[in-house]
Amino acid sequence: MYAQMIKTARSGVKSREEMSEQEREFQDKVDNNIKIEPQDWMPDDYRATLIRQMGQHAHSEVVGQLPEGNWITRAPTLERKAILLAKVQDEAGHGLYLYSAAETLGETRDELVNLLHEGKMKYSSIFNYPTLNWADIGAVGWLVDGAAIVNQVALQRTSYGPYSRAMIRICKEESFHARQGYDAIRVLAQGSPEQKKMAQDALNRLWFPALMMFGPSDSESVHSEQSMAWKIKVKSNDELRQQFVDQTIPQIEYLGLDLPDPNIKWNEERGHYDFSEPNWPEFFDVIKGNGPCNVDRMEKRVAAWEDGTWVRDGLLAHARKKAAQKIAAE
Amino acid sequence: MAEVDQKALFEFLLRMGDNTLVLGHRVSEWCGHSPILEEDIALANTALDLIGQTQLWLGLAGEVEGKGRSADDLAFLRDVWDFRNVLLTELPNGDFGRTLLRQFLFDAWASIMLGRLQKSSDPRIAAIAEKASKEVAYHVERSADTVVGLGDGTQESHDRMQAALEYLWPYVGEMFQSDDVDAAMVAAGIAPDPAGLRAEYDALIGAVLDEATLTLPKGDFAHKGGRTGYMHTEHLGHMLCHMQWLQRAYPGCDW
Ligand SMILES: [Fe+2]
Ligand SMILES: [Fe+2]
Ligand SMILES: [Fe+2]
Repeated sequence: MYAQMIKTARSGVKSREEMSEQEREFQDKVDNNIKIEPQDWMPDDYRATLIRQMGQHAHSEVVGQLPEGNWITRAPTLERKAILLAKVQDEAGHGLYLYSAAETLGETRDELVNLLHEGKMKYSSIFNYPTLNWADIGAVGWLVDGAAIVNQVALQRTSYGPYSRAMIRICKEESFHARQGYDAIRVLAQGSPEQKKMAQDALNRLWFPALMMFGPSDSESVHSEQSMAWKIKVKSNDELRQQFVDQTIPQIEYLGLDLPDPNIKWNEERGHYDFSEPNWPEFFDVIKGNGPCNVDRMEKRVAAWEDGTWVRDGLLAHARKKAAQKIAAE
Repeated sequence: MAEVDQKALFEFLLRMGDNTLVLGHRVSEWCGHSPILEEDIALANTALDLIGQTQLWLGLAGEVEGKGRSADDLAFLRDVWDFRNVLLTELPNGDFGRTLLRQFLFDAWASIMLGRLQKSSDPRIAAIAEKASKEVAYHVERSADTVVGLGDGTQESHDRMQAALEYLWPYVGEMFQSDDVDAAMVAAGIAPDPAGLRAEYDALIGAVLDEATLTLPKGDFAHKGGRTGYMHTEHLGHMLCHMQWLQRAYPGCDW
């Protein structure tokens, strides 16, 4: 999940009696699974919450280029390098697509990027963890894109039309990434003892950060209720996390890797795997900016933006000259 | 097809494949750091195309050599002295302007070269050239547009592009140098004499640089030593440290 801890712009869900007629009509549409489109009336808080969520998702796609880009120049074969380049290209494309979807709500990409650079918007906590060995690249595709898919498949049913359509399109590519990631780590898990060690190390380090992607337990989350009523959120954090754990453990076993958590155990009664909660204080530290890579990631993104100012200005100036020439010629 | 010295053919193919490998690597270094999201996408796409072309050129090189070396063996297990790319491709990225101008100067050459190679007497080479030509036609259009946009943009972008041109210009001449390997390719109808591509190249880049309001530096001094392997820049070794690290540290593995 690339959007976490999204603060719903309103606390508490209004009852039907408390709603205005417009609000009631809006809620009826949502309840009947009629998509909300950009030109439709919507509550201000719905708009604000969506901008936060889509903006954070877009930022995550963009910042997510950095941990993967960290290995592009060290990819061990031409094919792996090509696969990684194609994936990172896709992620940047997802960012572009999501920014465009957010723009339908009246917030420009530049405004959103500014908020990110000023530290007023966030991106997923997962991208504040480092990619330390080559297996991390497989693990990111398998676990991180895998977790994102679990969330985003649910979000295909989200109430806002442009967001829902973005999710449908993006999910196809994310599934491809997850499969390629799994294939990359499978080769390592079946490889030399050192390669197997890489795979295990990556799994051990990224398992809990991947579980954190779904956000804290819903009982801790004060914002879920309204977002659920608006169908901005479709399933609870815990439901999604359980779904991810259930689908991933058989894959770990198939790889022949050790489970990253001694408490993982099939629970016959629940029909689900039991597992340990991630270290939530660590999660909140990462969210506050104290993750292993927060400072570095933002420094790189801000530098890219600032170093690129002359390029954006130059291209814009040229486009204006051309447009002026065209008008003068007419 | 006339009999051709397989060693010379191998050498020619390394020149083609090492150009795309080394330049593709350089471009990939931009990932996540470019001035705007559209450029992140475009640069990744360019690098991806170049790496794809590398797989074809070096794959064929290994086949011609006949010692069982794969494209990966050639990319990841040779040292600096075995690389045959022109020096232009291994130069550090510098700022975005220098990267895009280097790309344009290379794309322009590649588009002309690949056009000729589509008529190669070796059908394997003609097939690679045909596929690569489509990609490079797009690359050169894009890099030319960006060079024009930045050259004829603001004063700052103009000055940066002019500085980039001064820096890169001495590395252009090497693409048109000819030696015995080229003579053997010409004799067999496999590839053109690089020197014969210069006029077309000058016309192509002249028109674009003109529109970009950039001035060609005086003098035709050309650094050389990349395509013969005689003397690379200091930069290539550092690139190989990254590129080859896993293969060198954990030899003999599947990845
Ligand atoms: Fe993505
Ligand atoms: Fe995503
Ligand atoms: Fe992805």
